Amino acid sequence: MALKTWKELPIGCVVSEPGSASEYHTGSWRSQRPIWKNEKCIKCGICYVYCPEGCVQQTEDGFFQANLDYCKGCGICAHECWPHAISMVEEG
Amino acid sequence: MGKRIGMEVAVAVAEAVGLCNIDMAAVYPITPQSHIAEHLSDLVADGRIDAEFVTVESEHSAMSAVIGASGAGARSYTATSSQGLMYMHELLPIASAMRLPICMAIANRAVSGPLNILNDHTDIMPQRDSGWISIFVENGQEAIDMSIMSFKIAEHKDVMLPVNVNIDGFQLTHMVEPFEMPTQEEVNQFLPPFVPHATLHPSKPVTMGAFAMSDYFAEIMKAKDEAIKNSKKVIVDVWDEWAKMFGRKYQPVETYQVEDADVLMLTMGSMGETAQIAIDELRAKGVKAGLVKLRLWRPFPLAEIKAVLKNVKKLIVTDRAISFGGPGGPVFSEVKSALYAEAKRPLIYNYIYGLGGRDMAVKDFAGMFEKVLADTTNQESDTYEFWGVRE
Amino acid sequence: MNIVENFDLFAPRLINKKELLSPGHRACSGCGEVLAVRLMCKALGENTVIASATGCMEIISSMFPTTAWKVPWIHVAFENAASVASGIEAGLKALRKKGKIDDRYVKVVGMGGDGATMDIGFQALSGAMERGHDMIYVCFDNEAYMNTGIQRSSGTPMGASTTTAPAGKVSMGQKTWKKNMPEIMVAHGIPYVATACPSYPLDFIRKMEKAKSIKGPSYIHCFSMCPTGWRSPSHTAISMGRLAVETGAFPLYEVENGHYHLSSEMPKKFKPIKDYFKPQGRFRHLTADEIEMIQERVNIEYKKLVEKAKCLKV
Repeated sequence: MALKTWKELPIGCVVSEPGSASEYHTGSWRSQRPIWKNEKCIKCGICYVYCPEGCVQQTEDGFFQANLDYCKGCGICAHECWPHAISMVEEG
Repeated sequence: MGKRIGMEVAVAVAEAVGLCNIDMAAVYPITPQSHIAEHLSDLVADGRIDAEFVTVESEHSAMSAVIGASGAGARSYTATSSQGLMYMHELLPIASAMRLPICMAIANRAVSGPLNILNDHTDIMPQRDSGWISIFVENGQEAIDMSIMSFKIAEHKDVMLPVNVNIDGFQLTHMVEPFEMPTQEEVNQFLPPFVPHATLHPSKPVTMGAFAMSDYFAEIMKAKDEAIKNSKKVIVDVWDEWAKMFGRKYQPVETYQVEDADVLMLTMGSMGETAQIAIDELRAKGVKAGLVKLRLWRPFPLAEIKAVLKNVKKLIVTDRAISFGGPGGPVFSEVKSALYAEAKRPLIYNYIYGLGGRDMAVKDFAGMFEKVLADTTNQESDTYEFWGVRE
Repeated sequence: MNIVENFDLFAPRLINKKELLSPGHRACSGCGEVLAVRLMCKALGENTVIASATGCMEIISSMFPTTAWKVPWIHVAFENAASVASGIEAGLKALRKKGKIDDRYVKVVGMGGDGATMDIGFQALSGAMERGHDMIYVCFDNEAYMNTGIQRSSGTPMGASTTTAPAGKVSMGQKTWKKNMPEIMVAHGIPYVATACPSYPLDFIRKMEKAKSIKGPSYIHCFSMCPTGWRSPSHTAISMGRLAVETGAFPLYEVENGHYHLSSEMPKKFKPIKDYFKPQGRFRHLTADEIEMIQERVNIEYKKLVEKAKCLKV
């Protein structure tokens, strides 16, 4: 996205698009990604609760997955998953 | 028509601000501003104004609180002096960067060290680069007029910048002067409601005070500079509107007996009135003296200064502040710089005077003129002089 | 026992699903503090205005021209989150009273790190609490000036190594005890003070909701694990918070109008403090004697808390 000129700046540098940080995909940071084994998942949602990015999403069938655009691969979800349904796999 | 009354100027400033339908004020006491704070709190306590009055625990918090309130969309006000203003210093560029139309009275007082509670301009000078509109007043009438007008200027959609009104501490704030106080109806007519450019409210969530990297910072500074430069037009328009409504006209640079003057003196603040008496006395003796009063400090009225000063032979710039080890007093440095590009410009003399409440009598101002007139060397001096300092 | 019937496991599904802090923020991988902020926002909801101090949470979320915040948010300077918040509270109050804005109840929240709260922002916080503004102040305590490079603060615990109080041949790192900020807030006589930890998310959210319901000042001191500054792997934020509570390093309690109440999450018997130190690089240098000294202090401080809960209970 082209940088704004001084005339195009919003007054007072107020940012009026809430959540616009999401245009930056932090997923490029990670060196490992979480993989869910749905057979072990009890759908408790704790991975969703503990994700610092808020990028663990519930799918239509009630299981969970990480939005890989944002997942930084910290491994908290895998470490905290009670039935060990999540494992961290190194990025290619 | 407002009634003509006599009142202590600081109290009158609070009365005037009380007419302006402020939503919030945050103040911390400091001599000689305290009467403004005290009277405002009286107005709130008596229910005469409907505003949240926050007795903060420091000036830094006073400025922080008015920034927060203004960000929320409230018409906000504060007042301070000297050390209090220095304590707010960190926040002043932030308030202007955020384009928050905060209004502030400064009861100008010397900055420590050593501690001195009396009047000079050393407190406002370090705030020169903060991006605030800065206005100087000479008497009580101007103090209340400018206090009311500061809201209209600050909140104008083409301005949206904070404004400080500089009132000489003790020398002016504690004087009982006669003036005309506008009525509530007149102020209601003059001052429209505050329409913020953005507010901190869940109806439309915004982020204020994001940080900027070097890819944006320079553009942001340019935008702020353009904003304050463009505010001059609005300031002059608002002053013209006031003149139409109240019959009192104000200009960025006021002149007195300048038309055929050989020597001009430039003052800022209440001492100009004493200088004016000196000029009358000199004129009576046949000396072609004149006075220029700088009312608008920021944005600096470059065009007006050039127009008034370039044709005179000698100019005395008086400063009630000093930049230690620098080329002279702040007003002198700026005026000299403003005139540098002119093909014809005066010899400029700089006197630093009135520091820490040191009084200046009519004879002192007359003395400055006499000294300057007696200088026949026709040489531009590189130095500034402290006036009236015991050697 | 049917695992779905286990309330502890089912309860996460009752958490507000709205994300008021968007992903795309620049917090470190595994940041315990941003997780706490994310949960705080879930408890607060949309009718919130946040005034943030300079620090990690401000920097990672507000790089112009974007923002991760979906609630109204303002950052001014380092030491004044509390005074900016008190100004917003006063401004909104005035505007509501005059009918210039709608009359919905908007909660004003000041937030800052341990440095911004306990050091440079102490005065502003004390003033705001004393004046009784209707606001919450949340201190996200990662126990050092993390954003500027892990320098010590008054929140740094005894024995921790930081970049300005590093462990060395003649130094054990931090030589002073952590400033007891919750107690200082209790001494201000405010209606609600609580300590919280995102490893106990439901407890944290409950406390935030409690603070939200108070019409007056409240203070929440939130344990914020920092894998970068504490020199631990990125996946340990939650487990470290749990250990902090289980060893008594960070007791969870509330004080409502001067009445102390230990949180139900507090264990009956503590694990030894060395269990908490072991996985963190910042404590790696401590000797057995130093650990023993700290263990004694932890025991004494917790005993005081238990006594307060007994004699100053609701």
